[in-house]
Amino acid sequence: MLKMIHLSKAYRTEVVETYALRDFSINVREGEFVAVTGPSGSGKTTFLTIAGLLEEFSGGEYLLDGTDVRHLNDNQRSKLRNEKIGFIFQAFNLIPDLNVYDNIEVPLRYRGLGADERKRRIQESLQRVGLSARARHYPAELSGGQQQRVAIARALAGSPRLLLADEPTGNLDTQMARGVLELLEELHRDGATIVMVTHDPELAVRAQREVHIVDGQVVDLAGQPRRVAGVNAQL
Amino acid sequence: MFAYYLKLALRSLKRNVVLTVLMIAAIGVGIGASMTTVTIFRAMDGDPIPEKSSRLFAPQIDNYGPDNKKVVAGDAEHLQDQITYIDAVNLMNAKAASRQAAMYVTALPVTPPSRDLLPFQEQTRATYRDFFPMFQVPFLYGAPWSASDDEDRTYVVVISRELNDRVFGGANSVGRTLKLDNHDYRVVGVLNRWQPLPKFYDLTSSKYGEGENLFIPFSRAIENQMQGAESSNCAGYTGAPTWDGYLHSECVWIQFWAELPTVSDAARYRAFLNNYAAEQRRTGRFNWPPRTRLYDVREWLIHWHAVSDEVRILVLVAFSFLFVCLLNAMGLMLAKIMNRAADIGVRRALGASRGTIFGQCLMEAGVVGLVGGLVGLALTALGLAGVRQIVSPGTGRLTHLSPTDIGIALSLAVLATLLAGLYPTWRAAHVQPAWQLKAQ
Repeated sequence: MLKMIHLSKAYRTEVVETYALRDFSINVREGEFVAVTGPSGSGKTTFLTIAGLLEEFSGGEYLLDGTDVRHLNDNQRSKLRNEKIGFIFQAFNLIPDLNVYDNIEVPLRYRGLGADERKRRIQESLQRVGLSARARHYPAELSGGQQQRVAIARALAGSPRLLLADEPTGNLDTQMARGVLELLEELHRDGATIVMVTHDPELAVRAQREVHIVDGQVVDLAGQPRRVAGVNAQL
Repeated sequence: MFAYYLKLALRSLKRNVVLTVLMIAAIGVGIGASMTTVTIFRAMDGDPIPEKSSRLFAPQIDNYGPDNKKVVAGDAEHLQDQITYIDAVNLMNAKAASRQAAMYVTALPVTPPSRDLLPFQEQTRATYRDFFPMFQVPFLYGAPWSASDDEDRTYVVVISRELNDRVFGGANSVGRTLKLDNHDYRVVGVLNRWQPLPKFYDLTSSKYGEGENLFIPFSRAIENQMQGAESSNCAGYTGAPTWDGYLHSECVWIQFWAELPTVSDAARYRAFLNNYAAEQRRTGRFNWPPRTRLYDVREWLIHWHAVSDEVRILVLVAFSFLFVCLLNAMGLMLAKIMNRAADIGVRRALGASRGTIFGQCLMEAGVVGLVGGLVGLALTALGLAGVRQIVSPGTGRLTHLSPTDIGIALSLAVLATLLAGLYPTWRAAHVQPAWQLKAQ
């Protein structure tokens, strides 16, 4: 589903070249729930933005659902992003002057779906996250947990092949975070492929597999014994 | 997608009302100022007789000689803008054009048939019958007088619709008698509304003034020794202090127009004028080589500076002002778009291409331009109402917004705003979604 081979990402200035990712390889299979962890500045978010086709990379290969994305132009990348990827952000990133319904509609509009199809998908995804009654509310009228559920509904509405989540519970209190996480797990059980970036070890253990990034390189922990949340919290 | 872009544009504009109002105000004020001046300019610069302006000609004949530099200030060639009575009669008699008319303006006391109305003075044009078909003057009742009326110096008159309304209550007055300067004139025609602007056929007085209300045969006016009411230039030549002496002097006071349907007709007429001047030299009246000119209506208006340089400069200033307003609008648009960089980043993440973002932001600029254009139109109407208060009624009458003007103003507003919006929109399309989302 998501395959990066020896991928690198360098930020260049006139005097210095800094690698955010170096010789970075990862293979996420269909239906997997992968947690990407690592300390601040390790390159987690850069990995996610490249995976989401929001940023170009400097070298290596990236295959998204079998498509080599290296030579795609902006239109092709946008189309691929729209069709294959659903984003869930830490800050929810709902558009404040659109209500819940219109927020979820955004990616469907860009896909060019008809009004009936859009409506059906929006209603389905709202039902899925339990917010059918809030369709006409504006983001400011919702709690943080509800906003994140709307963001998830928006990601789901497009029936993406891959869900990319960036610290999805980072801005939520424990109870709300639990709700959101349970929703992600439920989606995974239903067959969604999820890649979740987090620095929270408690979240990471809920994933099927954890990929640890240090200094822009992958340390695959798949073969290591799973850590216990409590122990992890002290690290 | 158009409807969706429009919906988003309206929402976005509502989101920051202050910035939106400032942008619309900037566009509106710029459009208002430029459209006001352009309307005045176009009114002054308009072709008063578009169907025939290239076929109607005014001749100039140098009867003062090249040494006389003081004749017409501002005319580099020192040619007179009117002609003498001698030349007028000679040109009329030559019949070298398909139509021709000499003319001048005088003033006549009118004694209305109704005793309820007091006598009044009225501007009167003394001319030939060709004046009416040549200038396509529309008639409400009757027709021009005949060629024999010109020859026989008949007491006939053509009156304007306004005068007919005033004196005859708007009735068909053809055949009725009107007392002018204590002579009975027979009304042969009533004009419909006719107001060429500028008043190209006689620019010696007000270029944008009202036309005359009375038209009588030139020959009758001369016979009755009616003096010209406009400028007469004798350039130091003094004729005998009698009417006959004045007629045979070198004073220029008569306007002359000829209709020359084809280019070759005009060429022939030029040759005719030169031959005429050469003949005058042979007879001893001129002692210099022929110097003549022939201008069509457009050239004549330029020659007369019908549009003053001040108005041209004003138009330039107004458009510079519009440019400054657009720069302001561009700055505001940029600020607005940069304010929304995060939203744009999200939209990009959700599948919007650069082109989509570009279209969406450009729609917003278009809406601002359209509303700005409407505001500009309102300001133009206000500006023109102000202009009408301070300029002559002649110019004032011209300064109205036509449907074409409204179309031009709105198109100009939208196009200019789209142009000003290009850079902010380009910036929006190039927002780096990754950076925006990381910044969150």
